[in-house]
Formats: sequence, structure tokens, C-alpha cells
Amino acid sequence: MEGQLAHIGAGIAGLGTGIAALGVGNVAANFLAGALRNPSAAASQTATLFIGIAFAEALGIFSFLIALLLMFAV
Amino acid sequence: MATETHGADAAAEGTGLVFHPMDQFIVKPLFGHGEVGMLTITNVTLWLALSILVIFVLMVLGTSRRAIVPSRSQSIAELAYGFIHKMVEDVTGKDGLKYFPYIMTLFMFIVTANFLGLLPKSFTTTSHFAVTVVLALAVFLTVTILGFVKNGVSFLSMFWVSSAPLALRPILAIIELVSYFVRPVSHSIRLAGNVMAGHAVIKVFAGFAAIAAVSPVSILAITAMYGLEILVAFIQAYVFTILTCVYLKDALHPHH
Repeated sequence: MEGQLAHIGAGIAGLGTGIAALGVGNVAANFLAGALRNPSAAASQTATLFIGIAFAEALGIFSFLIALLLMFAV
Repeated sequence: MATETHGADAAAEGTGLVFHPMDQFIVKPLFGHGEVGMLTITNVTLWLALSILVIFVLMVLGTSRRAIVPSRSQSIAELAYGFIHKMVEDVTGKDGLKYFPYIMTLFMFIVTANFLGLLPKSFTTTSHFAVTVVLALAVFLTVTILGFVKNGVSFLSMFWVSSAPLALRPILAIIELVSYFVRPVSHSIRLAGNVMAGHAVIKVFAGFAAIAAVSPVSILAITAMYGLEILVAFIQAYVFTILTCVYLKDALHPHH
């Protein structure tokens, strides 16, 4: 029973990964919106784009980590 | 990761997938079937050594002729060198160029290991947390020690946000401190998680390919995922390297 509950918990933790995807999409969408308004400034900001995506993704990765811990470590 | 072979059980019962999608990450001894000890030569050892060999051939032998009209391998080596050099200069500044060899090593190792892992039948070393945690901890320790050596105790002013109102500063200091120590965790798990998840998804689709009704869809999906994985292999190496540059910049210039 406890193992099954851990699997359900892992599934719920997996939701966080999907929500982080919204955040990553938001970063990319806003970058694209800005880049289309001022294409000449876009090239210099791609590094910032990737850093922003990485930070947004980090929180999704934490929930992925919780899911992994529930699946294999608990 | 999953250490026991689930695939064998499922095949014996005759139900479900013929292999488990996590089976590809099992660490096995290269010779014989003994226990995996401290100094056992495993498939991880083989593929780590192969990535070093590939980097050596590309960067040392490829550029040894120093032709004015570069060969294909020399072009790739020069492109990679220029790309990382520009990135370090842009993100960290001129004084960060002293640490360019370390960042170049990190990038070349991760990108080569990722691409070698995409070969059929190969083993993806960067999908293991043990490998990426070592890389991330090395960056974390380097950056922390460097920060204290370069700035002394004033390195701690990184956590004391002087532009914020005085009442907020202690709370911000705690948040900054926690986020500083979470860095190696997110840094390593981002790389291993992305690589591992992509490879597991490919194997899940490969399991469906055995069912005749869905096999064309499944093979198309494998092709599409493989294309995405090629992109991910490069982008994750790039993200790991650029975050190293950001952390290095924080250590060299801790004042906001």
C-alpha cells in the first residue's frame, strides 16, 4: 500500500514538470515577442534567454527529482 | 537508477515491454559478470575514455597541421574554440578569460559525451547523476574558493543585497544563501535529467514498435525524438557551460 501511495505521489510531483514547461514557454514567447519588435538586439540577448530558460527549468527539475526519489528511493 | 533488470521479468511473463526503458542505464562490468567495485572497468569507464579519445583526436590531432585552409576537423575545433571563447568573454568579462581552459574542457567533455550517447548501442555517461554531480560540485567548489580568494570576506556581500530596503535584507540574505547552495543540485540534475528523460522516451517508443498496428507511428516518433535529442545534447552542454560562466562572474564581481 505504501509503495503504491509513493507511486501516486510521484505522479503528482510529475505535474510540477508540466507547470515548469509553462514557465519555459513564457520565457521563450516573451523573448520572441521582443526579438520581433527589435531584431537587431535579439542576437546579443540569446545568452540571457538560455539563462532565463535554465532558471525556469530548474524548478521543474526539482519536482522531477522528487518524483524520482519517490519512485526509486522511498 | 534502476539497478535490477525489469525487462527479463516482463519477457518471462510474456506481457508488457520486452525490455525496460531504464535498462539502458545499468552499469555493468566490461569483462565478466562480477560485482561492480571501486576499480572495476565498466561500460561507463569505456564511454568516458572514448569521449576523452574523441576530444583528443578532434582538438589535438585535428588542429596539429595548422593549415591556413582548414580541414573539416580543424574547422570544427576552431569553431568550438571561438564559440566558447566569445561566450566566456561576453558573460564573464575580460578577467574571466583566465579561466577559459576549464570552461572549454567542461563544454567539450559534456557535448562529446552527449553526442556519443546518441550512437545506437552506446552508453550515455552524462545520464548518470554520479557523473554530472562530480562536474557540478567541481564548478561549485572552484567558484566558491575563487570568490573567497579574490574578494576575501567581502565575497559574503553577495548575499547582502544593498539595493533592497533594510528591513528586507535579512530575509533576502536567507533566500540568496539557500539559492546559492541549491546551485550544484540544479546544475547537475538539469543535465542528467534532460539526457536521461530523452533516452528513456526513445526506448519507450521503441517498445511500442514491436506492436504491428502502431509500429509506423512509433518509428516516426523515434525519429522525431532523436532529432530533438540531438538538439538537447548540444543545448544542455551550452546551458551547463553558460551557467558556469554566470557563477564565475558572481565570484569575480560579487557586488550587485
